[in-house]
Amino acid sequence: MAVTTGTVSADDKAGSDPVFELSSLEVFYGEFRAVREVSMEIAEREITAFIGPSGCGKTTVLRCLNRMNDLIETARVQGSVKYHGVDLYDAAVSATEVRRRIGMVFQKPNPFPKSIYDNLAFGPRLNGVKKKSDLDDIVESSLKSAALWDEVKDRLKSSALGLSGGQQQRLCIARCVAVKPDVILMDEPCSALDPIATARIEDLMRELTSEYTIVIVTHNMQQAARVSDRTAFFTTEVNPESDRRTGVLVEYNPTSKIFSTPDDERTEQYVTGRFG
Amino acid sequence: MALSTPSSSSVRAAETVRSGLTARQSDPFGRAFQVSLWVAVLATVAILGVLIFDVVTHGWGVLAGETGDFLTGRLGSQPENSGLGQAIRGTFYIGVFVVVLTFPLGIAAAIYLEEYAQHGRLNSLISVAIRNLAGVPSVVYGILGLTIFVKALGSVTGPDANGRTVVSAGLTLSILVLPIVIITAAEALRAVPNGIREGGFGVGATRWEVVRSHVLPYAAPGILTGTVIALARALGEAAPLILVGATTGFLTGGESFLPDSLRERFTALPIVISTWSGRPGEDWAASTSAAIVVLLVIVFAANLAAIVLRNRFERGRR
Ligand SMILES: Nc1ncnc2c1ncn2[C@@H]1O[C@H](COP(=O)(O)OP(=O)(O)O)[C@@H](O)[C@H]1O
Ligand SMILES: [Mg+2]
Repeated sequence: MAVTTGTVSADDKAGSDPVFELSSLEVFYGEFRAVREVSMEIAEREITAFIGPSGCGKTTVLRCLNRMNDLIETARVQGSVKYHGVDLYDAAVSATEVRRRIGMVFQKPNPFPKSIYDNLAFGPRLNGVKKKSDLDDIVESSLKSAALWDEVKDRLKSSALGLSGGQQQRLCIARCVAVKPDVILMDEPCSALDPIATARIEDLMRELTSEYTIVIVTHNMQQAARVSDRTAFFTTEVNPESDRRTGVLVEYNPTSKIFSTPDDERTEQYVTGRFG
Repeated sequence: MALSTPSSSSVRAAETVRSGLTARQSDPFGRAFQVSLWVAVLATVAILGVLIFDVVTHGWGVLAGETGDFLTGRLGSQPENSGLGQAIRGTFYIGVFVVVLTFPLGIAAAIYLEEYAQHGRLNSLISVAIRNLAGVPSVVYGILGLTIFVKALGSVTGPDANGRTVVSAGLTLSILVLPIVIITAAEALRAVPNGIREGGFGVGATRWEVVRSHVLPYAAPGILTGTVIALARALGEAAPLILVGATTGFLTGGESFLPDSLRERFTALPIVISTWSGRPGEDWAASTSAAIVVLLVIVFAANLAAIVLRNRFERGRR
């Protein structure tokens, strides 16, 4: 179970309980079943990557992990998503509390149209941090952990919209880190960025794994190979009951295995570029 | 020949490229369209300019004080002794009703419809109904005001004036412009990028925290524009006021700005303008023009305030 690959040593992780347990997860948008039968466990302080062709449900599954799907009126979830053993979709669970612990970085950088400082202070203020000096500390430390402090420390009061795309995305990561979550979900965080900004964010992810569990969706297989410990490959299959294609989880294995000796033929075709 | 003069052939090639690149320089339809846009803008500005010039020149004598206290005086039987005090007071209170009732109610309704309600059948039915309400002729609202605020609730809105008070007028016009406020505020909310909401929810904000901290500030300039349009509309309506019993002739009382005078009989600027414009003689015409200038100044002032506020909000959004 606790086989780990990549640059992180496996020893200290052996035997730790999974952060997420998905069992028979299915997500519907209205009548359309977008993904079916996803069962997997996501380990603590690892980077788990979701890869697969466009439309296979990577984003959909990711958004189940912090109940972001609640915001889509037509979305409906079946099966269970357990977080440290608690069913996230239990009626007694508050989506707000879930999202305070399981933060999210979106595909398109979405800083608030406010100052850099206010972007970072928003979350901590919600959690009741009021003292200016405490907020200052949080702002500084989260910008440092997102490797952005040196670039913006002299203009914390200027608008976040004046930052470049790569800086904005790192700001969004910092905003996420500022509320001290347990897990960070990232949906194609580098898709709008140039290679240098991408490399910085990849370095950042590796650094963040010392404290955080990270789940990342990426369409970039090299990125998955570079940063992740485990990789889940999704694809689409024709539905028996309709002609729309439903996403399925094909294979979930240590990243090195996925990219060298995958169990499933479709995974091999995909990672070697012979599949759409 | 061609071989011995390679430069001439390359000159010719350059000519071909040039003629290709410079073709279609003339764009007659585009030109014509641009000109017609200019004509449209000029016509609009010219009409407005003529209108303002006309009322200002006609009303100038009256405004300059040749006929006494025009801005504070009471309605009278002669142009010389007629003033706008009561009308300005009525229009002021109508504005207060709209600002105090319609703005919060309309913005709250828009927030509910856009941010909270399920976007199902019922919601779209309600949206269509509100859109239709915005298109209902104002006399119909006048009849509504007459039935409800003047007749049914007369004992509340004005026991000594049979309900024909500025309270009835303010309530009627507040209802009249409510759909406009809801529609424009809802549009402003819909224009807020969803990423901003997701960013807020993503750090564990509740819906209210997202709306208050991010959605409303972003939508504020648009909401403000809509509310000022609604206010201007309310200040300019005459027809519903006639139905709820605005006084056109002689009026005792109705000039105090103190709240306990709210349940007296009233008049308002659009009523005075339409009444005076029907009276014979140059002097009445001059007074009418002067009253129009006063109404325009009030509406422009509201717009100006909106522009200043709007700039403040937009600075916050950058
Ligand atoms: N809000 C939505 N409403 C309806 N269908 C959606 C919605 N979001 C995604 N889908 C559909 O669900 C499927 C999976 O989408 P998504 O999870 O975004 O895929 P991926 O992220 O792997 O590209 C697609 O067929 C997509 O069209
Ligand atoms: Mg996606």
